[in-house]
Amino acid sequence: MGELAIALHSIDLSEQSKYMKKTRKGKIRTAAKTKSAAALKLTVIALLLLTAIGFLSFDYKKVNAAQAAFSTVQNARVLFAQPRLSYNTVAGIARALFVTFSLGALSTIFGAILGFFGALMCARNISNPTLSNIVRSFVAFIRAVPTILWVLILTVAAGLGSVAAVVGLTFHSAAYLVKAYSESIEEIDSAAIEALKASGASYWQIIFQAVVPSSISYMLAWTFLRFEINFTNAIAVGAAAGAGGIGYDLFMAGSFYFSLRELGFITYVVAAAVIALEALSTKVKAKVG
Amino acid sequence: MNNYTKQAPKPVGQTSIFTIRKRSFALVFAFVATLFALSSAVANFSTAKGLESIPKAIIWMAANFVPDEKAISRLPNILSKLAETALLAVAVTVCSALCAFFFSLLGTKTTKINPWISRAVRAFASFFRNVPNIVWAILLMFSFGQNILTGFFALFFASFGMLVRMFIETIDEVSSSCVEALHATGATFLQTVFQGIIPSSLPNIISWVLYMVEYNIRDSALIGLLTATGIGNLFDLYYKRLDYASASLVVICIAVMVISIEIASNKIRKVIM
Repeated sequence: MGELAIALHSIDLSEQSKYMKKTRKGKIRTAAKTKSAAALKLTVIALLLLTAIGFLSFDYKKVNAAQAAFSTVQNARVLFAQPRLSYNTVAGIARALFVTFSLGALSTIFGAILGFFGALMCARNISNPTLSNIVRSFVAFIRAVPTILWVLILTVAAGLGSVAAVVGLTFHSAAYLVKAYSESIEEIDSAAIEALKASGASYWQIIFQAVVPSSISYMLAWTFLRFEINFTNAIAVGAAAGAGGIGYDLFMAGSFYFSLRELGFITYVVAAAVIALEALSTKVKAKVG
Repeated sequence: MNNYTKQAPKPVGQTSIFTIRKRSFALVFAFVATLFALSSAVANFSTAKGLESIPKAIIWMAANFVPDEKAISRLPNILSKLAETALLAVAVTVCSALCAFFFSLLGTKTTKINPWISRAVRAFASFFRNVPNIVWAILLMFSFGQNILTGFFALFFASFGMLVRMFIETIDEVSSSCVEALHATGATFLQTVFQGIIPSSLPNIISWVLYMVEYNIRDSALIGLLTATGIGNLFDLYYKRLDYASASLVVICIAVMVISIEIASNKIRKVIM
């Protein structure tokens, strides 16, 4: 009986050493050493290190951070607790909000049209590799440049106003949607395309009978998301490039009239509009998807 | 009579899928056309002018928006500002990610702390997400002036709001099963966090952080324009001086930077996920 127990024990031990790795301290290792775990650790360390280097290298210009933070909190209290209009009328703000909404809508419509044709050239399963790579790199470059810089560049060429804003916002939207749409197209089942090809369907027949129907819900979801982004971008463009709309009012209230209360009122209007858009697009997505 | 050439009889009281498709297409088309017309009127936008402006812009860019020798001599200055902006973006993202992770623990359904705290955290994050970052920038300008901290906090608040939402979704999706298992073994809250939530959701969290770094570099151009700091201010300086050659070099540097970060993050993502 005793011998058997010892034998079992020794089997157990040899099995253990086979399947259980122990650390140097003799504790049982609970996580496997893999390439991905090492890469993860390395990434976290690199990010923390860069953060530390950043904080040490920044030029703070001897700002009194505590005092500035204290007055910021006080300002924030005025901004959010006592919103009041004194330089604009409610009707004016409502009009400006519609202008911003329109800028967002126009650039989304143009972006979606351009994005659709770009995606047809970019998606690997329905385009040839050379064309796909050219479109891909072109679009990556456009996306890498901030929207506001596109608007400012176009302002010089097209003049100040809604044309530069819409075209500039469209640049970025189209590039974003080419990527999003082409990824949706690449995910569709190749069987539908092959079946249509075998039956002798033309290119556009394949696009409208197979590609569009099977990826339309994803495309719509991306378009709505982009509309939300374009709305926020239109606010920023109005503020920084003088393109009009509620962003411009926001900028004027803060940097020209120095009125925190005015800024607060407009902020609440903007936040309410953004939340309403988010809710609307969630509802539409749920219905379509 | 050949049966195969005969069309299938239409089912009674049921419209074919093609008719439905055509109808919904017409409906969507009408809606978009109306939206387009109304928006053009409200924003005072003319499509003809817009189309006209694109070739004009391309010709103008080809002629003026190209770096020249003077611009190249400014490269060291541009690169140092760019490095500052990149470090700022990383620092902001890491700090906001640490705060956001803490708040998302309170906000997820997975940890089941308290439904009211969870709701409050979500509303708190939604507030930071929906107040535009230019409002934060203007507000901070009043007290901090033209300082790097203005940009830091403006980006911080917006990133915080976004990351809390992303982290809550990630934790609910990835960690809920292992947390349930840990709960069953009687693990404490801290044990659940360190043995369950962090190991299982860290790859996704890092993926979001990398995305946010890229996003913040692009956004810092906007914040820089408004608060006269960093790379955005440098662009604005050259732009207002009509020194488009140097401004174009700034744009190219930002693009190269963002694209290299995008490529690096995609590589990292492929290994860690």
